Amino acid sequence: MEGDIAQMGQFIGAGLASVGMGGAAVGVGNVVGNYLAGALRNPSAAAGQTATMFIGIAFAEALGIFSFLVALLLMFAV
Amino acid sequence: MATEAQGAEKSEGLVFHPMDQFIVKPFFGDGPVGTFTFTNVSFWMVLTVLAAAALLVLGTSGRSVIPSRVQSIAELCYGFIRKMVEDVASKEALPYFPYIMTLFVFVLFSNFLGLLPGAFTTTSHIAVTAVLAMMVFVTVTVLGFVKNGAGFLGLFWISSAPLALRPILALIEVISYFVRPVSHSIRLAGNMMAGHAVLKVFAAFAPMITISVGIGILVTPLSILAIAAIYALEVLVAFIQAYVFTILTCVYLKDALHPAH
Repeated sequence: MEGDIAQMGQFIGAGLASVGMGGAAVGVGNVVGNYLAGALRNPSAAAGQTATMFIGIAFAEALGIFSFLVALLLMFAV
Repeated sequence: MATEAQGAEKSEGLVFHPMDQFIVKPFFGDGPVGTFTFTNVSFWMVLTVLAAAALLVLGTSGRSVIPSRVQSIAELCYGFIRKMVEDVASKEALPYFPYIMTLFVFVLFSNFLGLLPGAFTTTSHIAVTAVLAMMVFVTVTVLGFVKNGAGFLGLFWISSAPLALRPILALIEVISYFVRPVSHSIRLAGNMMAGHAVLKVFAAFAPMITISVGIGILVTPLSILAIAAIYALEVLVAFIQAYVFTILTCVYLKDALHPAH
């Protein structure tokens, strides 16, 4: 019984951790959206900023990956 | 309805576990995995190195003026990374270009080889990417102190900020500096692991039609379509993550060569 409750807690925790994905989605969308808005206003400057955009995406996305990691740890490591 | 209920009863859980693909096991036989066991990870790493060497060594061995297809791919790869190092980490970073090129080619090839059906993605293991990231972290830190001496600590002391804020900012900068190898490695491993796990989740749903025709007629085509779509996304992600890993190495290298904010 106690094990069942602990397992339930694991599953609930893993599900809650995946909410963090939404944050990463907002972050990545924000980065790319702003890049596109800027690129459409000044297309000649866009090519030089692609690398910066990818760095921005990487930083925003890493936090989403952390939430995935927390979910995995709860499912398999705890 | 009856068949559906029966199907649901039989198909309790997935056909195989989506995390099974990440199990490290010996390549020959079934013995325990020791320090020097030749595992499936070692096998795919050897294959990665061989594939990268085949592209770059064989591709450029002809050195014809009009490049063959393989040669132009190798040249494209070289030029792409060289330009990235120059643009992101400045011209002074060019002596470290071979290291960055090696990192990029290794990560790219292990990501792409992992996409072959039945393959093992070596970069999906944090143990592999953590070694790569720690190598970058140690290299960059040592290089920063060798090139700039104590001036490297200026990276943490932001002289453009108000004096009262600087200690707090320094603390944040130090923490973020030491989190770098963690996020650097987990970003790559997490992306690869998540993508392949999603593929396997859909792959487990695909044979549903063999268990129950009622559910399967809807689920099977949908999951096969989803596998195709996610596979295409994974091809893109495999390249982008190799690119991101390399460009972040360039950013860290730039910080080491020009620590002043």
